[in-house]
Amino acid sequence: MDIRSQVSMVFHLDKCIGCHTCSIACKNIWTDRKGAEYMWWNNVETKPGTGYPTKWEDQDIYKGGWEKNGDSVSLKGAGKLKGLKNIFHNPHLPVLDDYYEPWTYKYQDLFTAPEGDDQPTARPVSLVTGEHMDVQAGPNWDDDLGGSPDYARQDVNMNQLSAAEQEAMFQLERMTFFYLPRICNHCLNPACVASCPSGAIYKRGEDGIVLINQERCRAWRMCVTACPYKKSYYNWHTGKSEKCVLCYPRLESGQAPACFHSCVGRIRYLGVMLYDADKIENVASVPEDQLVDAQMDIYLDPFDPEVIRQAQLNGIADSTIEAAQKSPVYKFVKVWKLALPLHPEFRTLPNLFYVPALLPTMATVSSGVYNSTSQSLWNGIERNRLPMKYLASLFSAGNTDKIVEVMKRLMAVRIHRRGVTVGDLNSSEISSAMNEAGVDAETADAIFRLTSLATFDERFVIPPAHREESIEILESTADVKGNTGFGFKEKPARGL
Amino acid sequence: MTNYLLFVALPYLSLGIFLIGSIYRYRSREFSVSSISSEFLEGRKLFWGSQPFHWGLFFLFFGHLIAFLFPKAVLAWNGQPVRLLILEITAFTFGLSTFIGVILLVNRRLINRRVQIVTSKMDVVVFVVLLVQIISGLLVAYHNRWGSSWFAAFITPYLRSLFVFDPQIEGIASVNSLSLKIHVVSAFTIIGIIPFTRFMHFLVYPLDYLWRSYQQVIWSWNRKHIRTSRSHSEGRQSTNN
Ligand code: SF4
Ligand code: SF4
Repeated sequence: MDIRSQVSMVFHLDKCIGCHTCSIACKNIWTDRKGAEYMWWNNVETKPGTGYPTKWEDQDIYKGGWEKNGDSVSLKGAGKLKGLKNIFHNPHLPVLDDYYEPWTYKYQDLFTAPEGDDQPTARPVSLVTGEHMDVQAGPNWDDDLGGSPDYARQDVNMNQLSAAEQEAMFQLERMTFFYLPRICNHCLNPACVASCPSGAIYKRGEDGIVLINQERCRAWRMCVTACPYKKSYYNWHTGKSEKCVLCYPRLESGQAPACFHSCVGRIRYLGVMLYDADKIENVASVPEDQLVDAQMDIYLDPFDPEVIRQAQLNGIADSTIEAAQKSPVYKFVKVWKLALPLHPEFRTLPNLFYVPALLPTMATVSSGVYNSTSQSLWNGIERNRLPMKYLASLFSAGNTDKIVEVMKRLMAVRIHRRGVTVGDLNSSEISSAMNEAGVDAETADAIFRLTSLATFDERFVIPPAHREESIEILESTADVKGNTGFGFKEKPARGL
Repeated sequence: MTNYLLFVALPYLSLGIFLIGSIYRYRSREFSVSSISSEFLEGRKLFWGSQPFHWGLFFLFFGHLIAFLFPKAVLAWNGQPVRLLILEITAFTFGLSTFIGVILLVNRRLINRRVQIVTSKMDVVVFVVLLVQIISGLLVAYHNRWGSSWFAAFITPYLRSLFVFDPQIEGIASVNSLSLKIHVVSAFTIIGIIPFTRFMHFLVYPLDYLWRSYQQVIWSWNRKHIRTSRSHSEGRQSTNN
């Protein structure tokens, strides 16, 4: 057992209101620079939709992530031989137009335009060439299903659905969507790290944050291809790749990352998970339908005395183990089994988990009237507006059973709380839903609490970074004990 | 005198600048050591330019290197006219591919607005020296045929003499081919400007990727090995009391 600690995350999709505050917080801190204008280390997509960059999930186009190769895995579009062979031209690299051409407006023209009959306008200009441009696309061009024939219907996850099921999803009265905020997953088996020919990308041992050493990056751009989530970006101005740093300077000083801190819907949770690094390769190589379960197995119980002992032996600080015990991520992912990884079939073992959206799937429309009486609200998961197959394609590598389990639990919590607060459901209905989902009242209340009422410190349990000990990188303080302070330049020798 | 400047002073100057300059740049300005890729801004045209250019250059470079290091082997190979012909045609093809590649690349830089934005003055210099180098090389190959054989007689001794610090330029100076002289001079110029241009990137070709492990995990400090005052190392003694 080789226990390591990983800063992990949960996004509760039912709570996301699609306000993009997270994206703006990140942009203001990290990517408001030349060459980085087009980057959104945090972006929010509407699902169904094609996302940013367009169709990023389609690995037939972008060749990101790992694929199963016998008992192990190999990189789909990069790797030692493929990487060095394609070094003069990276065939699967997304280009600027796959994202969008960043622009600004010539606001100055509003002030300097000569007097005339027409109102002056601020025309859009490209942030790359500085020339006038007609805006054709943006990072959230398909927000709220805008232009859905071009975007929502092109969603790669639709491939899992039959033509009839797809049609049903796009009937006006059944149409539904939810938001999918995305950041780098700080994966356990990061494809970006493995693909970097210069060895510039690395995972930090202490907290598992994946970083790119800007000095070592040589602009080969293999990480951009290899990351199946397209969360490594190439800065065309500096010639360096950049990615989400999980606001490590903030984490090190005990603050939540900016996108977490600013999240209006309070959908975000951050905490430590302990995992067994020896199992990474095995877990990444299991058959597709077992991927979720296998990944759940790699995370360890921080209350198990044996795990604690091994963690201590591995040099994990007691404060980190304590943080792992209090971790909201551990609760959502392992204890309550409510959160799932995004596209586990990419086999990078992502550490960002999503509680799938339940809400837009509820309620029905009959003869043009939106029916939200209690009967229709609780009328069963099979009648959801979002097909389970669609959610399974996003969060469980196509394993619908996994999604149904999660949905049932989420539903059970709702039904239980409806019983407590409104009291219009009969108790047998409540207990049968709870039994079916395997959730007792106490758990349901705990889930409700952490979902709806959690305070800042409950949502973000950040282990101390122990910077006071980081001097040990440079020298052993024990070695120089007695060397500091007031001293003499000459030895106290007398005579020869 | 001119011959001395071109075939003795220039080579030593260039090699000196190359050695000191690239080590200095790598050690103190590592951030700048790469070729700023513009594939992100324009990918299709780059493919048709970059692939023939780089692969052509790759084989030509090793061809020249082999001729320099093992002239006897090359002469032995060329002992039969068919093999000589095969070698020369292959080399010429690589030369042509490099030439076509560089032309396409120049064209791409000239017409694509986005790529122009990331083109520096030194990139223009790079294109000029490359064009001179490649065109003169092709002219030599065409007009002074069978270079793979006479290389051993004229060039190898000259280059060797440079490396043993006993420059012998009679051979090279007596050659009656302007394009060959230009080819040699521009080659040394290229070596000399490496530290100031994107040429640097070939020095960091990531061969070590082949033997490193795929995943890289870095601990900023290793708690297991942190020494406490009890395991205090005797390595360093206090010096001031
Ligand atoms: S999400 Fe992409 S960039 Fe982030 S660690 Fe995983 S592979 Fe790397
Ligand atoms: S700030 Fe929070 S609620 Fe708003 S879009 Fe981002 S994740 Fe969703």
